[in-house]
Amino acid sequence: MAGAFWCIVEDDRQGNPKKVMAESLGEASRLAAQASGQAEAVWLTDKATEAGLDQLAEWGAKKVWLVESAALAPYRAEVWTPVLAELAQKESPQAILGVVSARQRELLARLAARLGAGLSADSVALAMDGGTLVATRPVYAGKLLAKMSWAKTPWMVTLRPNVFKAGDAQAGAKATVERPSPSIPGEAAKFVERREEASTGLPELTEAEVVVSGGRGLKGPENFVILEALAKEIGAAVGASRAAVDAGWRPHRFQIGQTGRTISPKLYLGFGISGAIQHLAGMRTSKIICAINKDPEAPIFKIADYGIVGDLFEVAPKLTEEFKKLLKS
Amino acid sequence: MKILVLIKQVPDTATQVKISGADPKAIDTAGITWIVSPYDEFAVEEALRIKEKRGQGEVVAVSLGPDRVKESLRSCLAMGADRAIHLLDPAWAAADTLTTSRALAAVIKQEAPALVLCGRQAIDDDMGAVGAQVSELLGWPCASWIMEESVNEGGTAITVGRQVEGGLEIFELPLPALASAQKGMNEPRYPTLKGIMGAKKKEIKDVKAADLGLAAEGPALSVVALEALPPRPPGRIIPGEAGDAAKELVRVLREEAKAI
Repeated sequence: MAGAFWCIVEDDRQGNPKKVMAESLGEASRLAAQASGQAEAVWLTDKATEAGLDQLAEWGAKKVWLVESAALAPYRAEVWTPVLAELAQKESPQAILGVVSARQRELLARLAARLGAGLSADSVALAMDGGTLVATRPVYAGKLLAKMSWAKTPWMVTLRPNVFKAGDAQAGAKATVERPSPSIPGEAAKFVERREEASTGLPELTEAEVVVSGGRGLKGPENFVILEALAKEIGAAVGASRAAVDAGWRPHRFQIGQTGRTISPKLYLGFGISGAIQHLAGMRTSKIICAINKDPEAPIFKIADYGIVGDLFEVAPKLTEEFKKLLKS
Repeated sequence: MKILVLIKQVPDTATQVKISGADPKAIDTAGITWIVSPYDEFAVEEALRIKEKRGQGEVVAVSLGPDRVKESLRSCLAMGADRAIHLLDPAWAAADTLTTSRALAAVIKQEAPALVLCGRQAIDDDMGAVGAQVSELLGWPCASWIMEESVNEGGTAITVGRQVEGGLEIFELPLPALASAQKGMNEPRYPTLKGIMGAKKKEIKDVKAADLGLAAEGPALSVVALEALPPRPPGRIIPGEAGDAAKELVRVLREEAKAI
């Protein structure tokens, strides 16, 4: 329907939508209620499950547009973009919401170019204002916020994970499932292989609700095990400052900050991180910030909710112990 | 093999960015040190390495922006790019991502390179969309956030490793194609003195919207206002020796902050 707020589904490649979809469908439902529209999910996949469809409905999708075809796997932009564009041109949704993920940040950019629409990437707030959408997004790696508006629909947005509130799950809710059959073009890019990272057993940095991060104060790569022990206890991802990455202590994919990942976890714990401006830019939208540093003058204490001035080599193991006690009880 | 590298000039990462007093939609540019966006430097470096490995070819740096952008293009020439193209026109003063992408795509059509490289995003507006949009407008395959690449001997395909959640996906893209660089793929070289001197003699060609046959179009997306970040509530230091402080921190995280 024309008032539809579309949410492009991010899945685990096994037929299940990722949890971040609860956030985008929650936000879409909230906005659609103010714009006489409804939240709808658009799912391109080679494999959907009934449970996955129900999950989307419970998170707020009133309708699911499902395009299920082996030709869609693995994701390739030049295949997915025309499929989505054909659907969008036919159905004229009011908004198209994606999530910030490896595939969707590329896919929505290409789709916006194909539709001639504006895209507000990596947005952290959305609001209806006088019948039109206004998005808020961090710029200069979060040193400032920009309010964005569109010249016309569809309003296209990608949402930063962990920022938007999921709606209340509607147990037993069912969505209408539409199975359109748009033409699926052949691919240009040939898939060669997927190389899995050695699993740390810890969540992905940008998706994690809790992040434990280490800086120069860790003194060497071998000491990250102290933070990993803590992270395992509380189900956190482990990140690092640019200083630690540039020293070669951690691979770059773990870097938080202006030339690394931007994160917004519910809880951030920084160990031996001074808080250079480019690091703060990457994590200052975390809900609760804790800093543990020997130097009481470290800039990170200026934005921390809780700080401990002390030696991380003493404090971190104690914290691990205390969390263990708490989570057992 | 001709390679175009799309670069953007941005404020240095150490800049304390402030909103302009005169225009609430713009930043105060006084005193800013401008640099080539770090991810774009990885792209320039990779282009130079491809050329060196093949023993022939041309690397062309392209950027859209005001006069000061020449300095950044000059830096790319000093690194070793052969020539540069500067998209310089008042018509692009308010260019959004899509307008920029259209202009870049038009230049690429004229230049007809085998490969276009750019950074995964510019570190000013952090939109991270231009590379993907340019490839869409050209109808090319693209690979975002690549960590590694190799061009085949015939110069007809590039194999890339793109960073995705939990690993790398390896794809072979037929050329022409576009790829965006992620940090970690290389260590950009510093320009040598010889490079800096040589750069002064290399060509930077100015191109206007009319040269590309582009009609003026309003932006699809505009900045309504820039805002400073809301201040964070004042925090507190938890006193005591390590054991006591840790215990107290865990207590407040559970009871006050409800974060655990």
